[in-house]
Amino acid sequence: MQVTMTVNDVEVTREIEARLLLVHFLRDVLGLTGTHWGCDTSNCGTCVVWMDGEPVKSCTVLAAMAGGHQVRTVEGLAKGAELDPIQQGFMQCHGLQCGFCTPGMMMTARALLDRNPDPSETEIREAISGQICRCTGYATIVRSVRWAAVAEAQAAAQVTETTESTEAGEIDNAGQPAEAVA
Amino acid sequence: MQVPAPFEYERATSVDHAISLLERLGGTARLIAGGHSLLPMMKLRLANFDYLIDINDLHAELGYVETGPDEVRIGALTRHRELLESPVLAAAFPIFADAERVIADPVVRNRGTLGGSLCQADPSEDLSAVCTTLDARCVIRGPGGAERVVSMEEFHVGPYETAVADDEILVEIRVPVRPGCGSAYAKVERRAGDWAVVSAGAAVWLDGGAIVDARVGLAAVGPNTTGIPEISAALRGQEPSEGLYEQAGAIAARSCDPVTDQRGSAEYKRHLAAELTRRTLRRAVERARS
Amino acid sequence: MTTVHERVDTFHDNDQKPVGYGRMLRKEDPRFLRGRGRYVDDVQLPGMLHLAILRSPVAHARIVSIDTSAAEASPGVRAVVTGAALAQQNLAWMPTLSNDVQAVLATDKVRFQGQEVAFVVAEDRYAARDALELIEVEYDVLDPVIDARRALEPDAPLIRDDLDGKTNNHCFDWETGDEAATEAVFARADVVVSQDLVYPRVHPAPMETCGAVADYDAVDGKLRLWSTTQAPHAHRTLYAIVAGLPEHKIQVIAPDIGGGFGNKVPIYPGYVCAIVASIVTGKPVKWMEDRSENLISTGFARDYIMRGEIAATRDGRILGIRTNVLADHGAFNGTAAPVKYPAGFFGVFTGSYDIEAAYCKMTAVYTNKAPGGVAYACSFRITEAVYLVERIVDCLADELGMDPAELRLKNFIQPEQFPYTTKTGWVYDSGNYEPTMRLAMEMAGYDELRREQVEKRARGELMGIGIAFFTEAVGAGPRKDMDILGLGMADGCELRVHPTGKAVVRLSVQSQGQGHETTFAQIVAEEIGIPPADIEVLHGDTDNTPFGLGTYGSRSTPVSGAAAALVARKVRDKARIIASGMLEVSVADLEWEKGTFRVAGDPGRSVTIQDIALRAHGAGDLPEGIEGGLEAQICYNPSNLTYPHGAYICVVDVDPGTAQVKVRRFIAVDDCGTRINPMIIEGQVHGGLTDGVGMALMEMIAFDEDGNCLGASLMDYLIPTSLEVPDWETGFTVTPSPHHPIGAKGVGESATVGSPPAIVNAVIDALKPFGVRHADMPLTPSRVWDAMRGQARPPI
Repeated sequence: MQVTMTVNDVEVTREIEARLLLVHFLRDVLGLTGTHWGCDTSNCGTCVVWMDGEPVKSCTVLAAMAGGHQVRTVEGLAKGAELDPIQQGFMQCHGLQCGFCTPGMMMTARALLDRNPDPSETEIREAISGQICRCTGYATIVRSVRWAAVAEAQAAAQVTETTESTEAGEIDNAGQPAEAVA
Repeated sequence: MQVPAPFEYERATSVDHAISLLERLGGTARLIAGGHSLLPMMKLRLANFDYLIDINDLHAELGYVETGPDEVRIGALTRHRELLESPVLAAAFPIFADAERVIADPVVRNRGTLGGSLCQADPSEDLSAVCTTLDARCVIRGPGGAERVVSMEEFHVGPYETAVADDEILVEIRVPVRPGCGSAYAKVERRAGDWAVVSAGAAVWLDGGAIVDARVGLAAVGPNTTGIPEISAALRGQEPSEGLYEQAGAIAARSCDPVTDQRGSAEYKRHLAAELTRRTLRRAVERARS
Repeated sequence: MTTVHERVDTFHDNDQKPVGYGRMLRKEDPRFLRGRGRYVDDVQLPGMLHLAILRSPVAHARIVSIDTSAAEASPGVRAVVTGAALAQQNLAWMPTLSNDVQAVLATDKVRFQGQEVAFVVAEDRYAARDALELIEVEYDVLDPVIDARRALEPDAPLIRDDLDGKTNNHCFDWETGDEAATEAVFARADVVVSQDLVYPRVHPAPMETCGAVADYDAVDGKLRLWSTTQAPHAHRTLYAIVAGLPEHKIQVIAPDIGGGFGNKVPIYPGYVCAIVASIVTGKPVKWMEDRSENLISTGFARDYIMRGEIAATRDGRILGIRTNVLADHGAFNGTAAPVKYPAGFFGVFTGSYDIEAAYCKMTAVYTNKAPGGVAYACSFRITEAVYLVERIVDCLADELGMDPAELRLKNFIQPEQFPYTTKTGWVYDSGNYEPTMRLAMEMAGYDELRREQVEKRARGELMGIGIAFFTEAVGAGPRKDMDILGLGMADGCELRVHPTGKAVVRLSVQSQGQGHETTFAQIVAEEIGIPPADIEVLHGDTDNTPFGLGTYGSRSTPVSGAAAALVARKVRDKARIIASGMLEVSVADLEWEKGTFRVAGDPGRSVTIQDIALRAHGAGDLPEGIEGGLEAQICYNPSNLTYPHGAYICVVDVDPGTAQVKVRRFIAVDDCGTRINPMIIEGQVHGGLTDGVGMALMEMIAFDEDGNCLGASLMDYLIPTSLEVPDWETGFTVTPSPHHPIGAKGVGESATVGSPPAIVNAVIDALKPFGVRHADMPLTPSRVWDAMRGQARPPI
């Protein structure tokens, strides 16, 4: 069968088997290998991508079901050379080690911040609770997401209040939000 | 990675279109909504179908929570997250949000649906217990637009088996609205996202200080999710009290039929049936009073 | 010996530092953040075929017949291969890392559920899977041996009838310590406590499963193998031995690896099958196992049934420790441990205490379960050893009515006793335990926690405080004592400084997420003063790196880290000679300040390492006898293991009604000697603590009585999520290793080793009002509830 969908803002049409899983469509057909898989039962979350802006587990979605929808993967997170604040946060706060769960974690975290720009630690932990990381122990992932939240709040504050000093968060000498790593 | 055996894919454009496809394809076809129960089973090749009929495009038609004077109507394609975030349900039946917070995980909840959960008819499934607790009715539509309405007891024929025929679709759940209601849900799980060791839902309807009616639904303690009429009988007309919850818990423990497995011993599950019955009743009464 | 101790790392001490140790952001991160990591399953080669393995559905059976005809006729299938076909090439069996043999594909019998029986090679992974369904195997099912306690009974079914003369399921016996001396101290002790303990079978379950892409070029006879391996060089040698290929024609490439934790140390049949398939088909062949295959067939960890005994004086002086262990090694002994150490480093079960005598007797058996016995971040069975000692020390504290912290403090090996030879013969290099323990207690607010506990108990609430203090032994060799199948445990390192002063360092160890590309750049930077950003770290490709034994048992920093420092010093020594020529002074007149040689007494005259690099490759003269170029290579053979230690305190709350355990706080103070990158160290500790929560509370590979694996998916094998773990509280002390060139010790497994007993001790402490002295892991709600009612049972 033929399927057409938009992946990272590019429309793609391919001939596929009806049973092809979205994760294999992205990885094997389109070569977007940033999305991983780690289980067969939708328990691990390494395969999380967005469908119409919502995180979904692409090992449990047929490519056919994504037809006509907008899909976004980790390759579509950065804006060109500029990393998304979530990506910067993961780097600054050591939110990754082996990197295998990282794309899925970042996609979920980005979606969380889009809905809730100032999530608490508990809200972050709940948001990523369907995704397993075997390396980090999660604390640094939580800090990474907070880092991005603070960075975005500061950026927004700087745009809207260019003349006033802001209390949204302190920026230390290294140009990094202090709160997220305190 | 495990992959499903070959099948054909159809996409339904309306409920009636889906039914006509089912009529034509019969038992070789299966509807797919969220797919988070079906696809893993197909990958493990525990289930094989010649056709999958994708009904996700019917979300506009079947994804809703509507409130009326006598009942709240919930479309079968309403997703878990929509149930969790519904202000209507939060006000009328907080049991839904209690349960949804502990069903699977947030990403799965973005896809999974109410109808899919009920039709899976897993004895450990939480929304079945919620609907049983609330005495919900299931609206099933078949060929020619014929609709029938069944109780949860009638809906659940057995484990993984429902009253929905091969050419029918579960389209709506209707939850009766009665005054003075409070409801709550509690689940013990080994880890976040796991299936229940035991879950319990409770709903009470108060008038003045007394319990007009009460219902308890348990999950993971027997072949079917069922209400416990003996508890309802014992609570009706009584003033809420710790002693009463104790009594209800004792009935729950002896009314269920759990088995020992990796999630826990039958004895422990029986204990939980009592413990969670007490906890949810206590909470439901608090909510009914507030 | 100096011990520095601080509560927390200063978070920003680092990025400003251009050169050397300190927190530095990871050089490898950008590719992972953009989805540009390259893992084995990301490798796509032209014409590549896909391999899938048919596995046994039963635990023990004789293979009567295999019919592959329907599978061969299935669309897209290129080959179907059985054990019989491999046997014709003498490839049906392969050696394990413990000098046993393991079937690549079963020929005579299957010996565990999930054992490899046949494989299919097809044009895509879906077609390969489909064809598996069409292979018909007739099995004559035999009684299995599942309970290790049954394995040596006279009527137990014989599992290893493939071994000549084998008449029972005995695998090996092992003992350590002095039995008579231990008996003597037990005889005169005021108090003896004994406790049966089970450390159940668990699984490393890295997020990336195991797999390989084999690409055999028949024309030049070269095999390229991308594989999920923690030890590419050792694997290459073993493939040469198994497959009879010349070693120089084998290139093993470990690309980015999605977590290892010991799971990727052994050689699995699937790797060999992929190689065979590529040779047979003449095409590149990819094999990636699914999650069930990973859980049911690859290296498990633990599975020790232990009796621990501890003898002490009434006032709390520990005199002796004795243990008896029954070890379940599954169907083939595939334990990944140095050959002379069949029980790994379990011999450190005497822990951190200065005692008079110790003795261990171990019997290992075969059962109809998956083979293996890998690290899972345990540095060769130290997880079991530390669990044993830290649990029975708590049992002793309970018996004596002593505070468990006080009991530990009273018995620690004292700083002046190091190097300390234990009663089982291990030479602890350095340690200063009390400050580490005191810091953990201070961070936890130990006394305040105990007060809170008293108040809560009065109200019927269940709160527990658990302590574990561990000493680890990491960084195997030396090579005279430690080898894997005859390959000595030492590691090479090469450093080449390019003309412009940029450098490349080649390692024999392989990262699975530990951040080698950053840490090793920092080690070299510290020694030769080239900024880490200018140092490329290469690893994981046998054609481009020096020989070494790989990354497991926390050995990268203790062994390869030492190699990196020493090779850099070697380069620096040469640079000094070149500098003396450039500055026209004798080498003795030069002073080294990171990155620059200055003339003593005339600091204005200096050359940088970059200047020297250019001269080393340039047209100008070099001092007499000095060759051009600025590079060096060494192979580092450690003189001893390094012995990191740590103090962990866990606080739990137990719901009295549902018996659910919540880890409220966890305080971890680690001492791994010199700290290279505190950020990475902290990350390693966090991950290990989470493993500990998993093992203590939920993880277990269980079997039913027929040998069906009950933990065959991530639905059934539970791994902690973000909601089961607290925000970790970490601190550190620094007691350098005296024999390591930079004083560093390993840290990768410390937290996995130390955290399970801390958590179990906390839960048992919470259950004290019920008179509970012990309950085995995993402490699931149901099992905790059993314990509360005095009905704690072993999990197997």
